Amino acid sequence: MVRFIASLVGAAFVFVLGLALFGTVSDWITNPPPESAEHEFHREALDAGLPSNGVLGRFDRRQVQRGFQVFQEVCSACHSLKYVSFRDLRQIGYSEAEVKAIAKGWKIEQPSINAETGEASTRPNVPSDRFPSPFANEVAARAANNNALPPDLSLMAKARHNGANYIYSLVGHGYVNQPAELLRKFPGAKTPTGLHYNQYFANLNIAMPPPLTQDGQVTYSDGTRASVDQMAKDVSAFLTWTAEPNLEARHAAGFAAVIFILIFCFLAWGAYQNVWRDVKH
Amino acid sequence: MSFPWAKHYAPKQPLMRWLDEKLPVPRLVYNAVGAGYPVPRNLNYFWNFGVLAGAALSIQIITGIVLAMHYAANGGVAFGSIESIMRDVNAGWFLRYAHANGASMFLLVVYIHIGRGLYYGSYKAPREMVWLLGVVIFLLMMATAFMGYVLPWGQMSFWGAQVITGFFSAIPVVGETIRIWLLGGFAPDNAALNRFFSLHYLLPFVTAGVIILHIWALHIPGSGNPTGVDVKGEQDTVPFHPYYTAKDAVGLGVFLLVFALLLFFSPNLLGHPDNYVEANPLSTPAHIVPEWYFLPFYAILKSFTADFILPAKLWGVLAMFGSILLLFFLPWLDSSPIRSANFRPAYRKFLAILLLDLFVLGYVGGAEPRPWVILMGQIASAYYFAHFLIILPIVARTERPRPLPNSITEAVLAKHAGLGPHKSAMAS
Repeated sequence: MVRFIASLVGAAFVFVLGLALFGTVSDWITNPPPESAEHEFHREALDAGLPSNGVLGRFDRRQVQRGFQVFQEVCSACHSLKYVSFRDLRQIGYSEAEVKAIAKGWKIEQPSINAETGEASTRPNVPSDRFPSPFANEVAARAANNNALPPDLSLMAKARHNGANYIYSLVGHGYVNQPAELLRKFPGAKTPTGLHYNQYFANLNIAMPPPLTQDGQVTYSDGTRASVDQMAKDVSAFLTWTAEPNLEARHAAGFAAVIFILIFCFLAWGAYQNVWRDVKH
Repeated sequence: MSFPWAKHYAPKQPLMRWLDEKLPVPRLVYNAVGAGYPVPRNLNYFWNFGVLAGAALSIQIITGIVLAMHYAANGGVAFGSIESIMRDVNAGWFLRYAHANGASMFLLVVYIHIGRGLYYGSYKAPREMVWLLGVVIFLLMMATAFMGYVLPWGQMSFWGAQVITGFFSAIPVVGETIRIWLLGGFAPDNAALNRFFSLHYLLPFVTAGVIILHIWALHIPGSGNPTGVDVKGEQDTVPFHPYYTAKDAVGLGVFLLVFALLLFFSPNLLGHPDNYVEANPLSTPAHIVPEWYFLPFYAILKSFTADFILPAKLWGVLAMFGSILLLFFLPWLDSSPIRSANFRPAYRKFLAILLLDLFVLGYVGGAEPRPWVILMGQIASAYYFAHFLIILPIVARTERPRPLPNSITEAVLAKHAGLGPHKSAMAS
């Protein structure tokens, strides 16, 4: 009885799937899916070659500091970094005094209240503060950016597929003129005014204007030549750190853990051989 | 509850004797996973995965309890509290990555454990109850994993919850009302997040309880073995301890090695980048996909695109739940008395197709819905149901099994003599 009912249920599912399959095929033939511009012209991200890649990768502190400088002078005009505190900069090699100075000198002050009147006011940042948002709220951010919302960058390197390389490619090599071939094939896909063609952005048209426009836009204190490619790499390294500040500790712990477990495996294997030596199995 | 030649617990130490009189917990352990439990001597490494699943559950419970000390189940702060665990809690990144990847490891070993059961006929008499309880554990795990994935309150958390709770709205007439009642709102929000957290904390302990029943039910007939032949005498078995504790330790080592590589060197490999974007009810992700372990079932859901008496969505939901619930009937669908697929040439071929089929479904579940992908999903879904509900009962009747060995010991000795007709292709 169970088998009889089961075969009926099975036949019903298979029959309905057959109908669905017929629908899929006929739809495919009569109404083939249109090719899309993003399908054909979206590019896979270039390799930023960051030293934090790989199983034992570490941050290049000077590079991450350079990336912080790019963030400070370029990105932070529009983007927040709300999960990172000034004190965290100690991890990338700034001294306590430097962190205090960076916090105190940060252009955007920390929202606060007037201690006497209770009215809304601001105060200079201290190391324990998170990086303040450049806009008071989402409405202000959209109003200042042609109705686009600049996303928070704290986790950007993990919030996109292949994030570090994506950031590097997007800001360093993504802004090109819209290919003539694209416009010939997809006349409707012209980049609307107010948006910018970017070959690494998912739908090819990004609201962010090119942030890195010329070599030397930032003057690095360590003497590194600030080409657009270099600045893009450095900011990608910085955002890799903000997204995963414990990366080095994780790699080091992993190295120790794997050695520990290998020793355990070796001992367990020996015990197993020893226990079973007289029993055929 | 055990074979007559099982060793008896006889404590020599006065304290242990005293304890045995008052509360015989050591005796229980001795009989359950100690020298008092005789186990077939020919188990291969596929028999490690039950213990590994237990280890994975323990890891999940321990890391989860500590994470719960730092997590805040409130839509306004949940995402931020995860980030504070990752950045500010001591070893918080380790706990959270261990818990997130631990879920994947748990499902992985459980899938292999279930696959072992399918290949070696572990669901057949006299172990039907073991199998039924196993399916209950699997359902509990799926519910727990789903609710756990919602807790970080990222985009995939939110939209995953939206899709899964949307299944209930496929129920005719009362569906939408039930969905709103279950969520405590029109869409997932604080109320839903809070009850998911509560249940996510509860269900692992329910699972642990059902696991005790699972092991209890297993110990009545005793463990199966790769030949599927019953234990005939003492020469066929060895005591669980030290023989299988030693072998399980090897398996545990390999499990921990894979786990460590994933956790320390690629902790986000199996996650979705969108879950590092905070939940936003106003912005739908381009592709809503579940975690890898649900992809085959998601593919089945999506394959039903045609209305026939019932709406397509309801067919999809029925099929998706049916694809798991049919496992409850497996002991009666497969009437073949031969347990091990090593001796069932036809069944073995269909099982290989099923394995391939599940990989295809997994791919389809995660891929962009191009027409050929949908087509592949529909064919693969049809095979899934046909396999269990139509092919299996027929094969069980028509197949000519290969001759079975007379006993476990005979099979072992034949293998060592180099005759080896019973060597498992899966195990070697």
